[in-house]
Amino acid sequence: MTGSTAPPVRGTVLEARGLHIEFGARGGAVARAVDGVDLRVAAGEIVALVGESGSGKTTLARALIGLERPSAGEVFLDNAPLDRSTQGLRAFRRRVQLVLQDPAGALNPRHTVYESVAEGIRLHGLAASDPERRTEADLVAAALSAAGLRPPERLYLRYPHELSGGQRQRVLIAGALAMAPQLLVADEPVSSLDASIRGEVLALLLALRRDLGLGVLVVTHDLGLAWNIADRIAVMYLGRIVESGPTEEVLREPTHPYTRALLSVVPEIERIEPVVLTGEVPDPTHIPSGCRFHPRCPALADGTAATRGIEDACRREPLEVLPVSTGHDVACHLVRSRP
Amino acid sequence: MSAPVGTDVPADLSARALARRRRQESRRRGWRTFRGHRSGMVGLGILTVFILLALLAPLILPAEGLEVTKATGGVLEPPSTEFWLGTDDKGRSVLTLLVWGARISLFVGLMATLVAMVIGTLIGLTSGFFGGWPGALLFRMTEWFLVIPFLPLAIVLSTVLGRSLLNIVIVIGVTSWPGTALLIRSQTITIRERPYLERARVLGAGSAHQIRRHVLPNVMPMVFANTTLTVAIAILTETTLSFLGLGDPTRVSWGSMLDAAFEVGAITTGAWWFIVPPGVCVVLVVLSFTLVGKALEEVLNPRLGMR
Amino acid sequence: MSHLLRLEDVSVTYRTGAGDVPAVRGVDLAVDAGQIVGLAGESGCGKSTLAATILRLQPPNARVAGRVLFEGEDVQTMRWGDLRALRWAGASMVFQGALHSLNPVQRVGQQIAEPIRLHEAGVTDQRVDGRVAELLGQVGLPATRARSYPHQLSGGQRQRVMIAMALACRPRLIVADEPTTALDVMVQAQVLRVLHDLVDDLDVGMLMISHDLSVLAELCDRITVMYAGRVVEQGPARQVFADPLHPYSGALSASFPRIGDPAARFAPAGLPGDPPDPAALPAGCSFHPRCPRRFDACDGVVPELRAEGPGRAAACLLVGAP
Repeated sequence: MTGSTAPPVRGTVLEARGLHIEFGARGGAVARAVDGVDLRVAAGEIVALVGESGSGKTTLARALIGLERPSAGEVFLDNAPLDRSTQGLRAFRRRVQLVLQDPAGALNPRHTVYESVAEGIRLHGLAASDPERRTEADLVAAALSAAGLRPPERLYLRYPHELSGGQRQRVLIAGALAMAPQLLVADEPVSSLDASIRGEVLALLLALRRDLGLGVLVVTHDLGLAWNIADRIAVMYLGRIVESGPTEEVLREPTHPYTRALLSVVPEIERIEPVVLTGEVPDPTHIPSGCRFHPRCPALADGTAATRGIEDACRREPLEVLPVSTGHDVACHLVRSRP
Repeated sequence: MSAPVGTDVPADLSARALARRRRQESRRRGWRTFRGHRSGMVGLGILTVFILLALLAPLILPAEGLEVTKATGGVLEPPSTEFWLGTDDKGRSVLTLLVWGARISLFVGLMATLVAMVIGTLIGLTSGFFGGWPGALLFRMTEWFLVIPFLPLAIVLSTVLGRSLLNIVIVIGVTSWPGTALLIRSQTITIRERPYLERARVLGAGSAHQIRRHVLPNVMPMVFANTTLTVAIAILTETTLSFLGLGDPTRVSWGSMLDAAFEVGAITTGAWWFIVPPGVCVVLVVLSFTLVGKALEEVLNPRLGMR
Repeated sequence: MSHLLRLEDVSVTYRTGAGDVPAVRGVDLAVDAGQIVGLAGESGCGKSTLAATILRLQPPNARVAGRVLFEGEDVQTMRWGDLRALRWAGASMVFQGALHSLNPVQRVGQQIAEPIRLHEAGVTDQRVDGRVAELLGQVGLPATRARSYPHQLSGGQRQRVMIAMALACRPRLIVADEPTTALDVMVQAQVLRVLHDLVDDLDVGMLMISHDLSVLAELCDRITVMYAGRVVEQGPARQVFADPLHPYSGALSASFPRIGDPAARFAPAGLPGDPPDPAALPAGCSFHPRCPRRFDACDGVVPELRAEGPGRAAACLLVGAP
């Protein structure tokens, strides 16, 4: 059930091709946090990378922003491999920025809002090289306004602990916008915020896409967030993307048993019978053989796989890495075995 | 919680001027907090008196009072109207010795601390921030210096290079910096992992920027608190070394006064005015540095504010 | 028959250097055995302060008015001996943030055993171990986990240890403060299932606090919604979630969209502004500055709870008959 191969995209494109990221764990074991991923984010689209803790989504996001070095595969920006030299990374950081989770910790408590937003501007000498001859203060004001904090001057001298959670998150976003990036990677942008504040931060991300043509990769465990703002969704399990596609399709008709289970336990979802998986996501040092989900897969446990004759495949035959496409792709023997 | 109202700013003030005003405001607030600390204020008061005395010594008590050949008093005379604290074994006014001794003790203490703090902070920062083998190497070096005992080092140096104030400063500096370095190093390691450091990296900051703008300002409170403690210890160490006769024989310090008093048998002859004043001064100065340091810690910490 | 827990017109005011700050203002609430009541609200609404009063754990500068009745007795005026007996054996709490509530240098089995040893003097080690194993089983953890340290457990496992601890002395009431916030959705489902089964099997009463209305709607029988220290809506859980009366409950409910609902696509719902500072509350209805349906009268009157429908009430001028 693969979609068509990806058509050429206009605008900036950030890609992971065949990415593997490994960490050495205690006792010499190797943790394969990202175990073969192809992923693309382009300017003008919002992609949600969804998974639980241990799925590798944060590691993947950090690799896409250049903070983690892959053990195999590479990150590509506009088809050019990421240049990891000091200058190369600097140029990269002007185009792809990160919004961290935990806005309270991500801002230096001793810096005012102005200083935090101006930091990126100063590092890259943006005020000196601005074609429109704007001053540093102009750029800071523009960034804060773009993040919805108006009038910006009122916040210049505030410290992070004097701001509300929503304001802090906007200041973080402003700091990233000050570089005029083409792509944003947002790691759990609203998970530490109160429920009624989520809306405005998510609306901000949508506005950035609409008004500035930004592309956003949102890393989250919240499927509702993906439903709210994402064009495409990729579901990760234990280092691999197991299902990806347009949000409406994947969340309305999930085909991978893991996606189905995740969706079924979202509170107040009525159309799917809840499938509460037992245990937790396994340790990335011991990835199961064959399909990595098979030890917890309800389709294997309840005999559906056996009746299709693919039980053996589930246990022994590994699945390929899902390619980048515009369609709805699933890495599952059961789905492949359907006529 | 909604943000507090206020700090509305006229738009024509530049951002740097605003930041300057904000810093002044916080300094004033810090001073107000410090003022609220009775023990800190007492310590500051005592220190101010000593520092003033030390600085004004040439004006209030002429240096001739130190010269043995010009001594006018008798040997070990008790306090009188002429010599407020009596005389020493060479007929000099103990008060003059005390005030001039303050200059040496404070000077050596502060110089040695400066040396220790500069070396310690540099090495602590570098070793904490850069991991890998440079950091580990510096760490081992720190540990190596940590175990050097100051007394044998002082004896060796004074034997090899002669007895001088510089040697004392070197000895104290060399044996004090590891303590500071270890403290700064562990604090740096903690800060290095904080999210705002990662944000700086993502924005494109190199190591120098990260250390200068993020690590150092957050480490400074600890440096200050540690500095006051180090000065106290440095003064005590200088006193000890001078008492043991390893100091500069031509200069008078509180330690050398105690040494002289001991040698002359001031205890047996009951010449308390020779022993007690220098001892009391050392205690007072060390105590006041400690009190100020404690109050400073409390002033500098709450700034990091609510979570 | 009296309720298991009854809060009667409870108000909590903090005495600070800058004056009195009303954190909770006149809240009525009841929980019965075998019932799960949800308390919904965001930071600053007073829900955690209210929960603290149930075990008299509010900070020393907090002044409590009204009555906090546990099985008919006022917790706030109880004698110290009765309060000690109440704490953990009558009512217990599952605290927010299990990572910070567990002692990192003690094995979890010891930590679960601690309240047992405190309440049953002279109990044998064997009995304690047996009870700990039983408790771990009740929350779905193998008994061998008793020997683990907190850092060796995952977030979901730690939260379950907290629940086991809360059960240690067989309480009749459990107060769970944001027990599933910060947990993955699958782990959250597991923990909610544990809580649900506990209430069914042990017939305890539960007060569950959360800012996620959908979680409360899934688990609770009734929901009380708080805003700026007051109750703004009460009613059967499913109804409050699916058909809220108060505009704030509506906003809270809409914050977590129904997946599959086309109206929620590219339309994240939220409220402008921030929750009010308890030290500087708006005039009239505290919610009116952020309310999408406010009108002229809203800043003049503090609305009382008005009934609309069986067992439902909301504090809004647009609701019910005056």
